[in-house]
Amino acid sequence: MIYGVALLAGCMLVGSFIGNLLGLLTGLGSDIGGVGFAMLLLLIITNSKKATAILPKDYEKGLNFWREMFIPVIVAMSASQNVVSALDGGVLAITAGLAVVIMAFILVPVFNKFTPKEIAKDAEKEGQA
Amino acid sequence: MKDVLDIIVKLFTANAFVMSFLIVGIISLFSNFVAAKVTRGRIHASAIAIFIALILAYVGGKVTGGSKGLSDISVFAGIGILGSSSLRDFTIVATSYGAKMSEIKKCGLIGVLALLTGVVLTFFVGAITAYAFGYTDAVSVSTIAAGTVTFVVGPVTGAALGAESTVIAISIAAGVVKSVAVMLLTPLFAKKIGLTTPGAAMVFGGLIGTTSGTSAGLAATDPSLVPYGAMTATFYTGLGCLLCPSVLYFIVSLVLR
Repeated sequence: MIYGVALLAGCMLVGSFIGNLLGLLTGLGSDIGGVGFAMLLLLIITNSKKATAILPKDYEKGLNFWREMFIPVIVAMSASQNVVSALDGGVLAITAGLAVVIMAFILVPVFNKFTPKEIAKDAEKEGQA
Repeated sequence: MKDVLDIIVKLFTANAFVMSFLIVGIISLFSNFVAAKVTRGRIHASAIAIFIALILAYVGGKVTGGSKGLSDISVFAGIGILGSSSLRDFTIVATSYGAKMSEIKKCGLIGVLALLTGVVLTFFVGAITAYAFGYTDAVSVSTIAAGTVTFVVGPVTGAALGAESTVIAISIAAGVVKSVAVMLLTPLFAKKIGLTTPGAAMVFGGLIGTTSGTSAGLAATDPSLVPYGAMTATFYTGLGCLLCPSVLYFIVSLVLR
């Protein structure tokens, strides 16, 4: 189990390193998409037969445990939000915050029209293969 | 009796992190009960848990006057560790285990497009709102607009442009409102906006950003969509920090001259 957790930690740190390096190169000094790179890295490693052959068998348990822990962590994160400042931020903050959310919600179906339609079919084929 | 109470408080504070598992467990148990019995499964248990957590965060903030919700109350400090951005990112990375690489590859391009559109349009909607509320200088308008991108981009942009601290505070508040709104509204509108496929989740994450909001909103909608939405959302703040104080501010300063 610890191997999966260690793999996860390794991926996250390498991903954050790439993200920070990108931040350095662009002169922002912050992390740009570190988590995204970490996710891709974990996907690549766990999808590679060569890499999973090296890993001790139980590694999946460690990954599954933390995947299941995602929602509890999100609940704890929600409980640590600065909700008071969100509500005290005044009408401008609330209007602006809501306006951009509504805009994004309206745009999702517009973009969906352009998402490749054959995805679902291909996924089925993959499942059968 | 007071001594016993002291022991309990001491135990809570000394084992704050361990305590947080128990507290979140109790919230989840209660939410599951409400979801099954009161809403008859119409509302996802996670959505109820997040809603309760936000109410607790409000109570915590009111009681202590701090900025970290419930975790500012010392006996609940562990909630802040469990819900820290480090553990949030750690578990988000874990959700990608089991995601389909093929889906991400196929929707990669539209995801990137959604990301660019999301940051730019959000900024301008935010800018128009700020202008409508009487802000006419480019620095203030851009800072508040950047805050609507995410609550990280707001202060970063404000600091870079030399905005007033009250304006920066508004920009942070706007970002927090956005994040909380995404948490609560996503499960309610997911079906209406077609947020049911991995591809749509990638578009959603790109358009709306806010890793906290997207991950919590999708968790309360359909947990299997989380990795796809989080994948694009995680680049949003970085892109915002890149564009807001530079190109987007430049455009605003041209318009408001």
